[in-house]
Amino acid sequence: MSDPALIRLSAVTKTYGQGPSAFQALKGIDLAIGQGEFVAIMGPSGSGKSTAMNILGCLDVPTDGSYEFQGVHVERLQRDERALLRRHFLGFVFQGFNLLARTTALENVELPLIYRGHDAGARHAAAREALRQVGLQGWEHHTPAELSGGQQQRVAIARAMVTSPLVLLADEPTGNLDTKTSREIMDLITSFNRDRGITVLMVTHEPDIAAFAGRVVRFVDGRVDSDHRQGEAA
Amino acid sequence: MLWNTLLLALRAIRRNLMRSFLTILGIVIGVAAVITMVTLGNGATKSVSDQIASMGSNLVMVVPGQRFGPGSGGAPNFKSADLEAVRNQISAAEWVAPVVSKSVTAVYQASNWATVVAGSNNDYFRAGNWELAHGRTFSETEERAGKAVCVIGATVREKLFGGQNPVGSEIRIKQFSCEVVGMLKPKGQSAMGSDQDDIVVMPLRTVQRRLSGSQDINRLSVSVRDGASIDAAKRQLTLLLRERRNIAENEEDDFRVMDTRQIAETLTGTTKILTMLLGAVAAVSLLVGGIGIMNIMLVSVTERTREIGIRLAIGALEREVLLQFLIEAVVLSSLGGLIGIALATGASMGLAGVMGVPYIFDPAINIASFLFSAAIGVIFGYFPARRAAGLNPIDALRHE
Ligand SMILES: Nc1ncnc2c1ncn2[C@@H]1O[C@H](COP(=O)(O)OP(=O)(O)OP(=O)(O)O)[C@@H](O)[C@H]1O
Ligand SMILES: [Mg+2]
Repeated sequence: MSDPALIRLSAVTKTYGQGPSAFQALKGIDLAIGQGEFVAIMGPSGSGKSTAMNILGCLDVPTDGSYEFQGVHVERLQRDERALLRRHFLGFVFQGFNLLARTTALENVELPLIYRGHDAGARHAAAREALRQVGLQGWEHHTPAELSGGQQQRVAIARAMVTSPLVLLADEPTGNLDTKTSREIMDLITSFNRDRGITVLMVTHEPDIAAFAGRVVRFVDGRVDSDHRQGEAA
Repeated sequence: MLWNTLLLALRAIRRNLMRSFLTILGIVIGVAAVITMVTLGNGATKSVSDQIASMGSNLVMVVPGQRFGPGSGGAPNFKSADLEAVRNQISAAEWVAPVVSKSVTAVYQASNWATVVAGSNNDYFRAGNWELAHGRTFSETEERAGKAVCVIGATVREKLFGGQNPVGSEIRIKQFSCEVVGMLKPKGQSAMGSDQDDIVVMPLRTVQRRLSGSQDINRLSVSVRDGASIDAAKRQLTLLLRERRNIAENEEDDFRVMDTRQIAETLTGTTKILTMLLGAVAAVSLLVGGIGIMNIMLVSVTERTREIGIRLAIGALEREVLLQFLIEAVVLSSLGGLIGIALATGASMGLAGVMGVPYIFDPAINIASFLFSAAIGVIFGYFPARRAAGLNPIDALRHE
């Protein structure tokens, strides 16, 4: 299942800052993730989870070590090449939703398709379908301010999924939501992983959220502390 | 890519209607103010120079004293011998008209009107480029005998006769009545702001005998022959009159010789300075508008930085984000510039009508203010975005 690996981190370190104030957030991470896996990353605050996610999401580069995505060495790519990787293969869901303000749900979801150069007709259809899949049919023309937190996160998920990415990266996607809404969001993410085979990398603090994943990686102090596969959960 | 980026830019404009509106408004006000001021100033300059041209560009006026205007400051008036001397000795002079002017009240039936009587002869009309609207000029007999006849200007006609033809009617001036034999075509305001058509012309003799009571002449109006140098004519006139008025070598002239071009330069110079002043005041408003735009842009920089972070995270290239912001800035400021130009055109036309100056479209100032507004938009809209687009997407997303 995990062979050949879709994602492979080898001895990845990340140091923020320089000189005496430098801080090493990642101290040598080795991690291989196969196509179609659902991985939860857990660990105490400050252990480097978000730092690792940013590197995995090609938003940032390791200070040292290598990151292969589909066999491509991301750490050797230019800024624009990494942007194109994100555009074509990755979808992001953030804790803080990060939708464009005063922009309708439909336009938010269309955004990645515009950068992909899809024409208007295909774009509208795909965006509507994505919103339908996250249960927001009828909410297409509402702006974030007119939506609840759970609904905003659904829009964000629709935006991440509308391009059918290879990997969905979610950093604490339920961090701002109540238990019931969190569950609905997790059901959605799980279904994308199960039904469409999308690889999911998710950071969470909550064990019952991590329980949705097939594999749990624990970070402690910039290192991988444990890496467990668990049986089909939830 | 361009098309999609244009779409993104237009969406961003629509999304931030208030910000877009304020940006446009800032530019509209600045551009409209500058163009309107300068256009009106140009119109005023043009109208002044037009009026001067209507006096005849080859007219030279000789007045006693050093000041131009009423009162000779003690310098003696001219005599008819001076007139003859100028006529005979200044070869460049085509027509030489003596003028004696007096302020009077003209009465016709129940109407009366305060005006100026100019005592002269038919050379007055020739030298000053006057044309007749009705009737005739003076006959030789009338001039020689000092008959009570007059040719009136359009303003006097209107005030005393309304729309009626005045020719053949009698008007009263002081204690005598005089027959209107002709009416002049209107010329409009003079360069000095006085109404040239507000005049009653009578034979010199008539005015000297009945109004001024002396043989003096207040002014000489000399028209210079076509092709002859006005400066040379002025020099000759000065020399001749200095000699006739016994002015010693080391003394200053006690008279003044002026040509219309000189008057024109003085007066249009004033309106030009005024135009520049108004333009400068208006440019300040353009600048204030620009500062307003800068404010709006800076206030929204946090939100926009996060927006840029989102776009970068979902796979936008830095140059795509920049192009979007550039288009946004250019669209907004050009729109503002165009509306400003339209508004200025309307306002200048309207105000030019009210002020009675011609409307002259000045392409240079229109283009300059348009470019300036575009530059403001680009500087304040684009450069903050440029910094944000260079950020790491993560840092842009975290921006507070
Ligand atoms: N941009 C940065 N500059 C400097 N230090 C940073 C930066 N980002 C993170 N760090 C530091 O790196 C360490 C790891 O941060 P990271 O955000 O990866 O932690 P985390 O595991 O995601 O924590 P949390 O659970 O609180 O989100 C922290 O000590 C943090 O202070
Ligand atoms: Mg984190």
